[in-house]
Amino acid sequence: MAAAAALEAVAPTGALWGLVQDFVMGQQEGPADQVAADVKSGSYTVLQVVEALGSSLENPEPRTRARGIQLLSQVLLQCHSLLLEKEVIHLILFYENRLKDHHLVIPSVLQGLRALSLCVALPPGLAVSVLKAIFQEVHVQSLPQVDRHTVYSIITNFMRTREEELKGLGADFTFGFIQMMDGEKDPRNLLVAFRIVHDLISRDYSLGPFVEELFEVTSCYFPIDFTPPPNDPHGIQREDLILSLRAVLASTPRFAEFLLPLLIEKVDSEILSAKLDSLQTLNACCAVYGQKELKDFLPSLWASVRREVFQTASERVEADGLAALHSLTACLSRSVLRADAEDLLDSFLSNILQDCRHHLCEPDMKLVWPSAKLLQAAAGASARACDHITSNVLPLLLEQFHKHSQSNQRRTILEMILGFLKLHQKWSYEDKDERPLNVFKDQLCSLVFMALTDPNTQLQLVGIRTLVVLGAQPDLLSSEDLELAVGHLYRLSFLEEDSQSCRAAALEASGALATLYPVAFSSHLVPKLAEELGRGELDLARGDESTKCSRHLHCLQALSAVSTHPSIVKETLPLLLQHLCQMNKGNMVAGTNEVIAVCQSLQQVAEKCQQDPESCWYFHQTAVPCLLALAVQASMPEKGHSVLRKVLLEDEVLAAMVSVIGTATTHLSPDLAAQSVAHIVPLFLDGNVSFLPENSFPCRFQPFQDGSSGQRRLVALLMAFVCSLPRNVEIPQLNQLMRELVELSCCPSCPFSSTAAAKCFAGLLNKLPAGQQLDEFLQLAVDKVEAGLSPGPCRSQAFTLLLWVTKALVLRYHPLSSCLTEQLMGLLGDPELGPAAADGFSLLMSDCTDVLTRAGHAEVRIMFRQRFFTDNVPALVQGFHAASQDVKPNYLKGLSHVLNRLPKPVLLPELPTAVRIAALQCMHALTRLPTPVLLPYKPQVIRALAKPLDDKKRLVRKEAVSARGEWFLLGSPGS
Amino acid sequence: MVGGGGVGGGLLENANPLIYERSGERPVTAGEEDEQVPDSIDAREIFDLIRSINDPEHPLTLEELNVVEQVRVQVSDPESTVAVAFTPTIPHCSMATLIGLSIKVKLLRSLPQRFKMDVHITPGTHASEHAVNKQLADKERVAAALENTHLLEVVNQCLSARS
Repeated sequence: MAAAAALEAVAPTGALWGLVQDFVMGQQEGPADQVAADVKSGSYTVLQVVEALGSSLENPEPRTRARGIQLLSQVLLQCHSLLLEKEVIHLILFYENRLKDHHLVIPSVLQGLRALSLCVALPPGLAVSVLKAIFQEVHVQSLPQVDRHTVYSIITNFMRTREEELKGLGADFTFGFIQMMDGEKDPRNLLVAFRIVHDLISRDYSLGPFVEELFEVTSCYFPIDFTPPPNDPHGIQREDLILSLRAVLASTPRFAEFLLPLLIEKVDSEILSAKLDSLQTLNACCAVYGQKELKDFLPSLWASVRREVFQTASERVEADGLAALHSLTACLSRSVLRADAEDLLDSFLSNILQDCRHHLCEPDMKLVWPSAKLLQAAAGASARACDHITSNVLPLLLEQFHKHSQSNQRRTILEMILGFLKLHQKWSYEDKDERPLNVFKDQLCSLVFMALTDPNTQLQLVGIRTLVVLGAQPDLLSSEDLELAVGHLYRLSFLEEDSQSCRAAALEASGALATLYPVAFSSHLVPKLAEELGRGELDLARGDESTKCSRHLHCLQALSAVSTHPSIVKETLPLLLQHLCQMNKGNMVAGTNEVIAVCQSLQQVAEKCQQDPESCWYFHQTAVPCLLALAVQASMPEKGHSVLRKVLLEDEVLAAMVSVIGTATTHLSPDLAAQSVAHIVPLFLDGNVSFLPENSFPCRFQPFQDGSSGQRRLVALLMAFVCSLPRNVEIPQLNQLMRELVELSCCPSCPFSSTAAAKCFAGLLNKLPAGQQLDEFLQLAVDKVEAGLSPGPCRSQAFTLLLWVTKALVLRYHPLSSCLTEQLMGLLGDPELGPAAADGFSLLMSDCTDVLTRAGHAEVRIMFRQRFFTDNVPALVQGFHAASQDVKPNYLKGLSHVLNRLPKPVLLPELPTAVRIAALQCMHALTRLPTPVLLPYKPQVIRALAKPLDDKKRLVRKEAVSARGEWFLLGSPGS
Repeated sequence: MVGGGGVGGGLLENANPLIYERSGERPVTAGEEDEQVPDSIDAREIFDLIRSINDPEHPLTLEELNVVEQVRVQVSDPESTVAVAFTPTIPHCSMATLIGLSIKVKLLRSLPQRFKMDVHITPGTHASEHAVNKQLADKERVAAALENTHLLEVVNQCLSARS
């Protein structure tokens, strides 16, 4: 028994001894991991490993010693968390001692120390002791890169866990590190070393008298000049080094006295990247510097920045120069001043003004814009800077505007003024009287009005933009100014064709200013537009000319453009609706286009109302019943239809009305929508016209019963409304409605109304929650389609219903959609419906505008196209192969619709090898065309053919190579 | 053009070269036809790119003259590197640079941009091996050579498919 136990105790250590021998003498690598695993599993202790190593740790041959220590270090790297404090103390003593050993041994010793630096059980004092030993014994820069990296890791580990202890070393630690990294050249090590320096500074280690040394040892790398080797084995980019060095250099004001002269010198460099790096570093420094640091260098810094912005051809240098000036000014504006100190901001800005202002007086000269940009960069830094600069520059620019008489010079000057005015928007002034622009207001207004009346379009455009910026300044413009401004905008809104850009800008400006000054616009603009509209009605009544027609259109656009404030909508909407009614009154010769224009204008107003719930409801409640009333009136069978009555029922006009009603409905809150639906559904189902504003009609409105074909067309308007409702709005009489819709959809009379009914049915179906009701409606549709598709008069209607129901289900990933898609695919082989079925695939894949839209709350899954593609393309392809010759084109067309709508990234990887090969062969074959025809495309084709050179399939690459080779030869000598 | 010899003009330097057999088309394997399997770029593929380049002075291809051989192509698709060694027919061949340039241009036009390519003379087979290699390795010189219309003409002739 005892012998067996003894044997068991010996066995593991015996095995250990063998492993150690294999590693140390046998030069095998495997045993190290084995030993580490055994230590982790508790088979033996670290102490036993040391004992087993015994003699090899003291072997006279350094290679053997190194090998022994290497084994121990590798075990420690894996097992440092198991070490006890007592073991750590001994190990540290041992390793520190070994630092004095032969240079072959050092790498393994450092690995061991790195393992111990990770050790939680390291008692206080030992971190410092290890560092001191390293500082004293190791000349880091003569070690190979990996071992230098190990040393940096040891320091990083200690800084992470033993900060207080290390700080106890005082500036000695900083000094030790400076000596250690001095001369480092490897980018991998530099990234770590820069990080250490950054932590030294930001965690407030003592730098003692070594600030300049620390600066020197890092700034010697500035500006970074490094190109990663090919294949980029270490994944280090130039930018990584630049940013980590910048983080060091810009981390403390204590470097300022050394860094600023360096930056000033390097901005002057010939090398673009050095300029950029210097300007960006300066920019970063300003975040931590104050007046004190900048004081002595301001004149030189300004001179450098000015020179770069004035002279450069590079936009990046200009942008970085301006950013640096902005930061410098912000830094000076921010600094807290002692009572007796001079405010450097004023003198700095005065310098800038002095150097720049005279250039502003030469609007034709090259330096005018750089000067303006410099001044604006400084002015944008703080409210104080902004006041200082604009109070100097604005009077000058105003004077210059009047001095120069040419429109293009004036435009340049006004554009500069605009730039300065925009800066004022950044600052808010509490005291109204302090606002610096007040003094210039009158001059600015008269100047803007001059610009607005100038014949030069460009100057007008800048004038309009300036007017908007002036208007955005709170309480700047007086009511007289506004009245004048509105007058100008009115005039500009009717500019003729050749100044479209100005007219568009004026409309946009009206919209922007109307939100701020609704009263000015309702009292001065809307009445004028109303008058204009009235004149337009007379013109129309007389049978007009086309110029009048465009005035009418412009007037409608101006009305919608200005409807940006709820109070204005309350005036413009009735005007527009009344105008539509007037057109309907009969004695006007209104064409389709005029009515559509009114609807488009209404639709734009509706869009502007969407964001404000109150306006949204107002619009809905006012416009929808009115439009319905007009349409119902028009649909009444009556002797002597007026021209307009027919016009109102035309496809395009109804489509325009559909879009108004849809836009007016999508943003309704559910409870308001419910109020509306309680009126509109009974109107269509029961002919209940009581809620319409004018409701005395000669006969009943029964679109679903045997009403006239005109009445049935209005189902499109019902569709626009019910298909735009939020999903949680309950629709009354839904069962009856759905049945009527299905009936109408297969009614052979008029394609417009049957399609509208099918779309309406599909739109409702898409939003219904899964459940029995949905299943019933689906069954209803499926039965109807089946009956309708059998030979008879309404096959095409049944097909349309099938198509829309399929779309509704495809969008929401309904399980029945695959079955319906199959049915649709079957129809591709139908001699009569085949072509329509092929086009149907286009509809399935595209976005609708009126129903089944995301805006209209339909359930649209984002990946439906991809899913449809993967689910159905194999069957389409198979169908194509199986189909008879005369219907093959239908399959091909269907397939092309599916592919066409698919996002390219989804499609490309799916293209089979054969298709890629054929495409490349086509590209090759194209080279036989006459060279002059091809040459314009040569660079583009060669670029595009570079990609398939890297195709994963060899056969594709082969074709790409020969096609590309031929394209290279086109028009080239010797070919 | 064929008999007179391309740029050399006058007498051919090596009027009677040894002619080697051409390797056939690479047979297409099942794997190559399977869309799912990626085919890595291998030595044979590189060899196929360059073997049909025409010699500047003989109406023969580089393969037929044994100037290029598949064994002298080293390629690593994952590391994006290609090395091609070519063997001039005689140690004083004045066409060596031109041949190297043609190989280089062919590879530049035919390989994905990620590849780093090295075209050099098979060690010990040419009198000015070092100078030629240096020229071929110099990107700017290669670019400048292709700006030269005459040189580009000859290179394009070498790369044109034989009709």
